[in-house]
Amino acid sequence: MATKEAQRGAYKPLSMSPKEYKAFAKNREPARSVFKNCVRAFVIGGLVCLIGQGVQQFFMAAFHMNERQAGNPTVAVMILISVILTCLGVYDKIAQWAGAGTAVPVTGFANAMCSAAIEHRSEGLVLGVGANMFKLAGSVIVFGVVAAFFVGIVHWLLGLGG
Amino acid sequence: MQYLWAFIVGGGICLIGQLLFDVAKLTPAHTMAILVVAGAVIDGIGWYEPLIDFAGAGATVPITSFGNSLVHGALTELKRDGWIGVITGIFEVTSAGISAAIIFSFLAALVVKPKG
Repeated sequence: MATKEAQRGAYKPLSMSPKEYKAFAKNREPARSVFKNCVRAFVIGGLVCLIGQGVQQFFMAAFHMNERQAGNPTVAVMILISVILTCLGVYDKIAQWAGAGTAVPVTGFANAMCSAAIEHRSEGLVLGVGANMFKLAGSVIVFGVVAAFFVGIVHWLLGLGG
Repeated sequence: MQYLWAFIVGGGICLIGQLLFDVAKLTPAHTMAILVVAGAVIDGIGWYEPLIDFAGAGATVPITSFGNSLVHGALTELKRDGWIGVITGIFEVTSAGISAAIIFSFLAALVVKPKG
């Protein structure tokens, strides 16, 4: 049964229009349970933030920082952890299981940058690492900056800041 | 107690991300862009800081806080320097995160061979 289907899968696309193929492929996509994915994302995402909270408490206790001052070094430490896990190849394994749970925290941002940098290392330091590091993470920075710019302009126009 | 709220709020933000993946069928890049913009807008109306006070790392670790920090830098310098501060201040607060990500990623690329 399985081989028959594989054969059909291998031959049929040749005679199909793109539209037909889309419908055909959609039929064969494994059904993913949205509920299960959401539970995983919640638990893993929560755990990542829990670790972050631990790091933050450490900075607050060790360097007598307040909550907001401790935010920046906390993010830096989380990024370092994420980069190390990415280098060991562990992060991507967790990410496959956890979906948005590892993608949404800032660790996912670092993972995207780090894996792009490592992946393109063979193309050289400047053209490979330098040029590709922001390939995936760039959209976050671009949209964040543009949004922040407009929010700032709105505040300025409304006279909230100036 | 702070840990519990960090877990719940952080998990909740990731849950929203997962829903954008699965239900709205967005790519990860689109999802992240939306969350960052959402963080920026929420800080623009002044709701993100209270969330940080309430949930700690639950609000600062997800990517939404990146948008929040960008807006925060812009607004701080807007208050201090006038309109030009919107441009000069955007990266003021976020520089730690971006610099750390660039530096660590670069060093990692120097020493690590790609897997798989």
